[in-house]
Amino acid sequence: MSGPPQGSGPDGGAAVIETRGLTKRFGRQTAVDGLDLSVPAGAVFGFLGPNGSGKTTTIRMLLGLANATSGTASVLGQDMPGRLDAVLPRVGALVEGPAFYPFLSGTANLRRLDAADPHSPRATRRQRVADALERVGLQHAGSKKVKAYSLGMKQRLGLANALLRPRELLVLDEPTNGLDPQGTREVRNLVRSLAAGGATVFVSSHLLAEVEQICTHAAVMRTGRLVAQGTLAGLRAAGQPLVVVRTPDAGAARRVLDSLGLVPGPPTHGADMADGATVTAKLPAAARDGAPRPEAIVAALVADGVRVRGFSMESGSLEDRFVELTGEGFDVAR
Amino acid sequence: MASELSVMFRRRRTWAMLAALAAIPVLIAVAVRVTGAGQSGHGPAFLDRITQNGLFVVLTALVLCTPLFLPLTVGVVAGDTVAGEAGLGTLRYLLVAPAGRARLLLVKYVGAAVFCLAATASVLLAGTVAGLALFPAGPVPLLSGELVDGWTAEGRILLVGAYVCVSLLGLAAVGLFISTLTDVPVGAMAATIALAIAAQLLDALPQLDWLHPWLFSHWWLGFADLLRQPVEWTSFGNNAALQLGYVLVFGALAYGRFATKDVLS
Repeated sequence: MSGPPQGSGPDGGAAVIETRGLTKRFGRQTAVDGLDLSVPAGAVFGFLGPNGSGKTTTIRMLLGLANATSGTASVLGQDMPGRLDAVLPRVGALVEGPAFYPFLSGTANLRRLDAADPHSPRATRRQRVADALERVGLQHAGSKKVKAYSLGMKQRLGLANALLRPRELLVLDEPTNGLDPQGTREVRNLVRSLAAGGATVFVSSHLLAEVEQICTHAAVMRTGRLVAQGTLAGLRAAGQPLVVVRTPDAGAARRVLDSLGLVPGPPTHGADMADGATVTAKLPAAARDGAPRPEAIVAALVADGVRVRGFSMESGSLEDRFVELTGEGFDVAR
Repeated sequence: MASELSVMFRRRRTWAMLAALAAIPVLIAVAVRVTGAGQSGHGPAFLDRITQNGLFVVLTALVLCTPLFLPLTVGVVAGDTVAGEAGLGTLRYLLVAPAGRARLLLVKYVGAAVFCLAATASVLLAGTVAGLALFPAGPVPLLSGELVDGWTAEGRILLVGAYVCVSLLGLAAVGLFISTLTDVPVGAMAATIALAIAAQLLDALPQLDWLHPWLFSHWWLGFADLLRQPVEWTSFGNNAALQLGYVLVFGALAYGRFATKDVLS
């Protein structure tokens, strides 16, 4: 696991979220299995994984909604759920989609949820609710009943609820669900502005593209286990670089690449057969340090009479890495 | 707390139930007025006295509402307390606010108790208005024979109202507990109402008389003692003690269940 050292972030700052061996079982099924998560202060942390990989269950345990079967969690440096009353007022959360009273207006819903915390100041409530609505672009829909809201509007109202007070940590579970591309952009900007204001943002998503653009760190879950965690750059680098050769002599090229310790895939032919085929080869992780340099690979190919028409090295995209870690396809985990 | 009450009373459902309860005494008053005097000894208690004094509308309505309509509405509100929030998904947002689990439960129970009061009051108020509008007022004969003036009688009726309201508190606690067991509010409501009816059925079986004093519905119709001169307080005291017992036991059970519950809704 490529995680930062326990107890501190990569910058030496204290971890805002820290779990050790966090496990949750429902009957015989293990939803979260021995999770060691470490979210450094000030990070925008992408919590990735396919549907059903245990992301929301983890978030529920972090927020004290569900009890861990074993293991410990601390949030903002304090034990959860033991110090729940001290921690949660400093945390804004959107958990598994927004939920509101359909028969109340957006404004009334926010006031109700704000009043639920006995320590939230009553005098500033009206103003804070108005500000939060404005921040998510709902200032004109505040007096409408929530049952008349679209899914995207409810999602925005859910975000407004997380922003009712200045927060040190925001836990946003699938924040762009149901939003149009415009709304998705706005959420990204919102997350950036929150991070710029010094808050740590923990965003879960099953969509990699969403996370890739805004996150500084990420962790990847698969069937309840953490399969990778670290800075985005670190995760990207851990992916397998690809060697791409365009040549009419596909068979010979594959033999040469194989002899160099690379793992060539089957050749793919372009639309124009005369242009030859494209051969891609992976650099196995084990051979990475002692792997031949690109120019050496080209020299070897040419020396063996392979007519090289194109050559490139591509570092694997984060998406390749994500698929590599979580498996391909539509099967929902378990 | 204010927020809890405002949510409850901003729901159309709450007002619909209160209006339905208020309609019952009005219906009784109009029916008796239209058909003339009921035959003595037929129909629910106090029905035959309505034509002599309008205040008996209230008592007739309470006799009719206590076994069924009041438990029905209290079952809906009490069953909805926690399960309703879970069903909407707002329970998780209240808890991460953080509302505190014990505090949330307490506020929910007080809310249900306020509804018990509002429900009884709505029968009382509608009954008094309808009774006095359609029938003569004046001195009221008590069950022990004495005649008292209208104001004293109204005072006694308020006492009966307090008795009925206290009677419902035990059921509200049972409903609160059932509500912590499920995320489906309709299930909790139905189970609470079914229990209210089952308790009364058990109370009607003479073979189970050892159980009767322990049923929360046992003293429900015991308010007649408040209409004697002097007031006979025994049944009020027994009822209040029994209801308090139910509130403590089921309140503790609800807390035991809710304090450690995984909120997955």
